[in-house]
Amino acid sequence: MHFVQNFPFFSILLALVCAVITLVLSRENARRLTLGLIAGELVLTLGTLIHCLRENSSYAYWMGHFPAPWGNEIRAGVFELVPLTVFLCVILLSFLGGWNQSEEMLERGKSNLICVIWDLCMLSLIALVYTNDLFTAYVFIEINTLAATGIVTMKQDGFSLVGGVRYMIMNLLGSSLFLLGIVILYAVTGHLLMVPLHEKISQLVAEGTYRVPLLMVMSIMSVGVAMKSALFPFEKWLPGAYTSTTSSGAAMLSSIVSKGYIFLLIKLYVRVFGLEAVESLGVCDVLFIFGAAGMVMGSISAIRVRTTRMMLAYSSVAQIGYIYFALGMGSEIGVVCAVWHAMTHSLTKSMLFISTEELEKSCGNDRSKAALRGGFYRSPVAAVAFMLGAANLVGVPLLGTFVTKILMAGTAIQVGGRHAMIALALIAVSTILNLVYLMNAAISLFIPGEDRELRPANAVTTGSLICWIMLNLGLGLMSSGIIGMLWNGLRVFA
Amino acid sequence: MLEKLLANYEETAAIILFSIGFTTLLLNRNLIKKIIGMDMMDSAIFLFLASQGFIEGKEPPILAEGITGAGAYVNPIPAGLVLTGIVVSVSVSAVMMALAMRLYHRYRTLDVDELIAIAGKEEV
Repeated sequence: MHFVQNFPFFSILLALVCAVITLVLSRENARRLTLGLIAGELVLTLGTLIHCLRENSSYAYWMGHFPAPWGNEIRAGVFELVPLTVFLCVILLSFLGGWNQSEEMLERGKSNLICVIWDLCMLSLIALVYTNDLFTAYVFIEINTLAATGIVTMKQDGFSLVGGVRYMIMNLLGSSLFLLGIVILYAVTGHLLMVPLHEKISQLVAEGTYRVPLLMVMSIMSVGVAMKSALFPFEKWLPGAYTSTTSSGAAMLSSIVSKGYIFLLIKLYVRVFGLEAVESLGVCDVLFIFGAAGMVMGSISAIRVRTTRMMLAYSSVAQIGYIYFALGMGSEIGVVCAVWHAMTHSLTKSMLFISTEELEKSCGNDRSKAALRGGFYRSPVAAVAFMLGAANLVGVPLLGTFVTKILMAGTAIQVGGRHAMIALALIAVSTILNLVYLMNAAISLFIPGEDRELRPANAVTTGSLICWIMLNLGLGLMSSGIIGMLWNGLRVFA
Repeated sequence: MLEKLLANYEETAAIILFSIGFTTLLLNRNLIKKIIGMDMMDSAIFLFLASQGFIEGKEPPILAEGITGAGAYVNPIPAGLVLTGIVVSVSVSAVMMALAMRLYHRYRTLDVDELIAIAGKEEV
């Protein structure tokens, strides 16, 4: 075995150990350790990605030198590593972007706990991406929920505590449904590992037996993950959670926490059930409908709200709708499109939340949409970042979401029939709705207001915003190469 | 139908327990009752899982003299999974209780609807 193949295991172990050590460190040391950890995780992931690209394969890794269920199994391949690299970049930039923001809003002496939460969130994301075992996935889903609750309640005021409770109730309901699905699946197949599960399920589908229990399991697990990732109509907890925390916390929730669950659902569909089984049992049609509803309803809600953060929160509902809509097409290119959009939305939405915080600060912490007016003159880097993020989500050519829309439209035409017409119409309607609220906000940044004085910006936050801008442009410009990698990765993923 | 339900009484009990927990979680406005409902749901799933490992007439999975084959024992994996699940469930309940306590000290109520209304007004 090549030494690099140990890196995924080291990533999980390192995050676990650092989370424990961070508990007893001072504020500054905790921050340094967490920053070092994120950078280290990024290096380990990049190392594994380069190895997998060179070998053009994926591999399973036994933790504990025993095969599952006595030991544990993780799996690494290009399809897991490309999104994970992007997610880790977002975690790094969100941590740097919120370097000073969290400090102002936290109880004295508790700053190191935020670093612990950050470590645990990253740990659970990495484990969810790598795991090859369903019960391990459940355990890390719960760790993710607990860490995310810590993020939501970071400020410890009434609004954030209530937001935390709502978040937990919906998410724990989702976790319970997911666990119930796992248990029924174990009762039917006798396996928890993804590969033997897939073999058994394929056999059952071919024989036509256990059709109802399999459909039930698939539905229960999909609803569970949909609740956790805020798919419409399960998004009620999302606005409170995103707006009650700091901007770096909101960046983490929208870009990392929800994407981890979505990636797990993709693993379930592709590696456990198989796309053909998902399609034949009719689950894709349900995803298609709810995704479409999310795309439209999320955008309508975003138009109606008064604060910029709330607008961004509801915009996430619309973008999550896009991901489920792509999955609902029930084809391999739909899966690639879903992962691509998860990556591009993760990178964009985190940038939007951090730039919004900077813009709000430049006009005396006014959170209303109207306060964005003239933002470019007070905080130019944040305004450019916001403009780019808005343009990306609308689907301006050369940026990530444009590629998503082109892929989705292409897939719809390829699938043909009713789906094609509905999909094309929905993409058009959703783009117009995005244009109404996002470009309206972005343009107002460049309209001079009464206050045009340049505000001093934090150097670390400004630097991270510049990195975000470059990464967003880079992702859009290199889209064909990255999508090619995902496509090839999916071949060995299934 | 009734015969099948009685034959699989552990699973039947688990489903009834899960339904009670689910209903309690959804219909009760009191935060503590919601937490209890959630715990009931988790316990129901653990009961269901534990029952999958039990095989009539087999021994507990402890090596004893004279028995060498794995076929002599019940399936130990569900029990291991249930233990892990209980640890997770307890941690989650503890965090929920801590949040409930914080909210009660602040607002002197555990009614979720009231809490949402008060906190919403505070934010405005």
